[in-house]
Amino acid sequence: MIDPNPPHRGLLQTVFDRLNLDPVLFAAIVGLGAVGLLVLYSASGGNLDVVTRQGIRLGLALLVMMAVAMVPPQLLYQWTPFVYVVVVVMLLLVPLTGSTGKGATRWLDIGIVRFQPAELMKIAMPMMIAFYFAERRLRPRFRELMVALALVLVPTFVIFIQPDLGTALLIATAGLTVIFLAGIPWRTVMLTMLGGIAALPVLWHFMKPYQRRRVDTFLHPENDPLGAGYHIIQSKIALGAGGLSGRGWLNGSQTQLDFLPEQTTDFIFSVFGEEFGLWGVLLLFTLYLLIVLRGFFIAWHAQDTYTRLLAASITMIFFTYFFVNVGMVSGLLPVVGVPLPLISYGGSSMVTIMVGFGILMAIHSEKRLLSK
Amino acid sequence: MGHRRIDIKDIPLEQALFGSRLLALLFIVLLLTGMLVWRMINLQVIDSSRYQALAQNNRVRVSPLPPTRGLIYDRNHTIIAENLPSFSLEITPALTGDLGNTLERLKRILDIDEEDIQKFHALRRARSSHASTPLLVGMSETQVARFHVNRRDFPGVAVQARTRRHYPHGDTFAHVLGHVGRINARDIERVDTANYRGTARIGKTGIERQYEEILHGTTGFRHDEVNAQGKFIRELSRVPPVSGTSLVLTVDLQLQRTAIEAMGDNTGAIVAIDPRNGEVLALVSLPTFDPNPFVNGISRRDYALLRDNPLRPLFNRAVQGQYPPGSTIKMLTALAGLEAGTITPRQKMYATGYYQIPNDPRKYRDWNRAGHGWIDLADAIARSSDVYFYDLAYKTGIDRLAPMFRRFGLGSRTGIDLPGEAAGLTPSRQWKRKRYDKRWFPGETLISAIGQGYMLATPVQLAKMTACIATRGRCPQPHLLKQRLPGDSGTPPATAARIELSDPKHWTVIIDAMRKVITDPHGTGRRIRDGLKWPIAGKTGTSQVFGLKEDEDYDAETLERHLRDHALFVGYAPVEDPRIAVAVIVEHGGHGGVTAAPIGRRIIDDWMARQ
Repeated sequence: MIDPNPPHRGLLQTVFDRLNLDPVLFAAIVGLGAVGLLVLYSASGGNLDVVTRQGIRLGLALLVMMAVAMVPPQLLYQWTPFVYVVVVVMLLLVPLTGSTGKGATRWLDIGIVRFQPAELMKIAMPMMIAFYFAERRLRPRFRELMVALALVLVPTFVIFIQPDLGTALLIATAGLTVIFLAGIPWRTVMLTMLGGIAALPVLWHFMKPYQRRRVDTFLHPENDPLGAGYHIIQSKIALGAGGLSGRGWLNGSQTQLDFLPEQTTDFIFSVFGEEFGLWGVLLLFTLYLLIVLRGFFIAWHAQDTYTRLLAASITMIFFTYFFVNVGMVSGLLPVVGVPLPLISYGGSSMVTIMVGFGILMAIHSEKRLLSK
Repeated sequence: MGHRRIDIKDIPLEQALFGSRLLALLFIVLLLTGMLVWRMINLQVIDSSRYQALAQNNRVRVSPLPPTRGLIYDRNHTIIAENLPSFSLEITPALTGDLGNTLERLKRILDIDEEDIQKFHALRRARSSHASTPLLVGMSETQVARFHVNRRDFPGVAVQARTRRHYPHGDTFAHVLGHVGRINARDIERVDTANYRGTARIGKTGIERQYEEILHGTTGFRHDEVNAQGKFIRELSRVPPVSGTSLVLTVDLQLQRTAIEAMGDNTGAIVAIDPRNGEVLALVSLPTFDPNPFVNGISRRDYALLRDNPLRPLFNRAVQGQYPPGSTIKMLTALAGLEAGTITPRQKMYATGYYQIPNDPRKYRDWNRAGHGWIDLADAIARSSDVYFYDLAYKTGIDRLAPMFRRFGLGSRTGIDLPGEAAGLTPSRQWKRKRYDKRWFPGETLISAIGQGYMLATPVQLAKMTACIATRGRCPQPHLLKQRLPGDSGTPPATAARIELSDPKHWTVIIDAMRKVITDPHGTGRRIRDGLKWPIAGKTGTSQVFGLKEDEDYDAETLERHLRDHALFVGYAPVEDPRIAVAVIVEHGGHGGVTAAPIGRRIIDDWMARQ
């Protein structure tokens, strides 16, 4: 790991310190963002407007991150129950006040702004579970475990039936990570996993027809190669055709001839894989892994139970984004509609991810301040 | 359990526990990443040559085939929303070479507006350069012919034959049907995007929006063979789209026209329903607008004209307009008094020109300054005495009035199948405490009882209320969808709620009084009594738009139009076998009996004459 406090302090170092920014994390994030813009240019068929818009979004999200980095973790701790309750209430309001359309109701309109409460849950969930366990002695008792599980599963279920399978998966991961880190016995972990598998038929029952279709397509893409299975097959062809060294930027035929579906959003990794090949893919994986390792490092060095659990959980959300997206476009997982973090075109999840990074940085600098 | 529970918060131990768990998590992360790496090696190294061959031979492109939108008919199967063939000029920017030059040359041969070009650019920016993006929609035959002669000079540009929504009766059904429009980012959130690939328009308001899902249909797919440059060679196969379901509505074209005509130049709303089953026969909101320009994207200037018009033509008054219901709710006030036993039908009172609450100097005025003299309940309703109802309200109290209003559906949405319905307002002590943090004053009970003050109702609520009276408590559910084609054989008449009175004779009391409104020489609805072929029961209303001071006189002549009273009428016919219940609101129309009642009668007559 890189020593965050080298003896010689340059100007840049001082600026980063003042802003509570972690240079390693910052560099990796900016690096991924830059790669993303490059791929987006190719994926959008050379549409500079799309790239500019995404660039602006990235810049704004970075500003949000820097603002969040200035919030002391103590303050976050105090706000946690309030934030969680407000987000849960907003989530419950969505089906009541959301639009009458029956496809998917995810947006909440409060006059001036319109947003997806599910998106906020990605931050509120790790905060709440970390808060819950920070208040209590570890290891958790059975009853405490049940309470924590309810805190995780109720919002997850609400989001799941919106329906938004991808987000439900992400916030469940966030919450379960904290429960796991809090030190529940391994035997309980195993039992819970078995219980989860047993619950799959129940989930199936609540799925919308189009979600069921996706799972079915995942299990048997060859049954419908030109219908719904088309996405996965085209994506695999793109990745495979990329080979070891790729076909070169702007030269992927799958991408440029428009065989790839949703190539600027969920399937942008296939564009990258086709044009930059396995070497490019490994480099990209390294960048993602670097961020995850740095996140764990920050969690490891954090000062108290709350920040430790929170940092690790935020990092796991980020990893889950990455894992599920790459798994999905490479045919390892069903298509659930999770974007590739920092690279896919789109705004709302980008802001959430950056808020998460802001919190990580705030935790990191608190640790430094205390150890001085 | 082999685990020791730590009873004191043991920080080093917690840290050690966390450390070991974090290590386990790290292991999981590395394992999962390893799986991804292995997957990528499989795809990109081991099976790469196979996939390269597949990519090389990837000659099949899937393109969506949008379904035909369901048609909409009125109750007599007259078409009120249809699809017309339409040609649009679409450009695939990636295939044009020099886009700017292409547009410049197209402009020369086709006479294209600058606004169309700007819209095209806006659309193009949000999409892939490989997507076919419309530049001109609804091309004229000359334009199509001109383009075809020159089409070799324009690679990447094509004329597409599509269909376009058309509303043959223009502004007649604007507030019933609503309209479709171009899909925007917000619409995408409420649909299954896979099924909307290839669909350009979506229901924005009205029935078009309410039943979007069943009107839209299911998108099909076409599989085309293309060459290595991505150019079309031949069609391989197709999954045909499934057309949307057509709808038969409950509205009647002729009645709708009669209602609009009867309103003349007035603004306001009319809702007519069949009290037996809740079928909405006419639903009018005036002024109205022509929904057709919205289909292909209304120009900014025309939209601004509609939006900024002070009479608000886009606002659906029939379901969203909330008006003080005025005297039209006096029947409910009377029922509350009868049920509570604070009045009896025969009991008479001497109604002067004003009313005073004991120990309160304030005078609550009657609309008739001279008073009505000795009157019983039926006279009070027929002449619309305010003072009678002030006294009744004072004795009964808001805690017994408000629940009665609510039983007739005032203060809650009727659940009509149109988006954006307003709930109106039935005030109560608790409501005022919550809303204003103030206590309820007895005077407020008085003005609520005559449908003023905080009371608000929508025209569709008033129509439903009237139907509840007409059916003696078998409240119907107002609805617009009669039947799906193909599909069901018609929706069964739904009863929303059943109102039970302690004494069913109370229904007869108020219904007789509503007859008297029209037949009595002093009745406020006497102007429509001549030559009635079917008995009508009704009630007029005149609701204040702004409050007069205690001693001020209301003089319609000197008041500006937008401060004049709203004129209301609710009524149904025939009294013994109700077929139609109607609510009419004429904004700033003055007296209900003068302006609104004749409109109500004309609608009833038109409908009954055809039964």
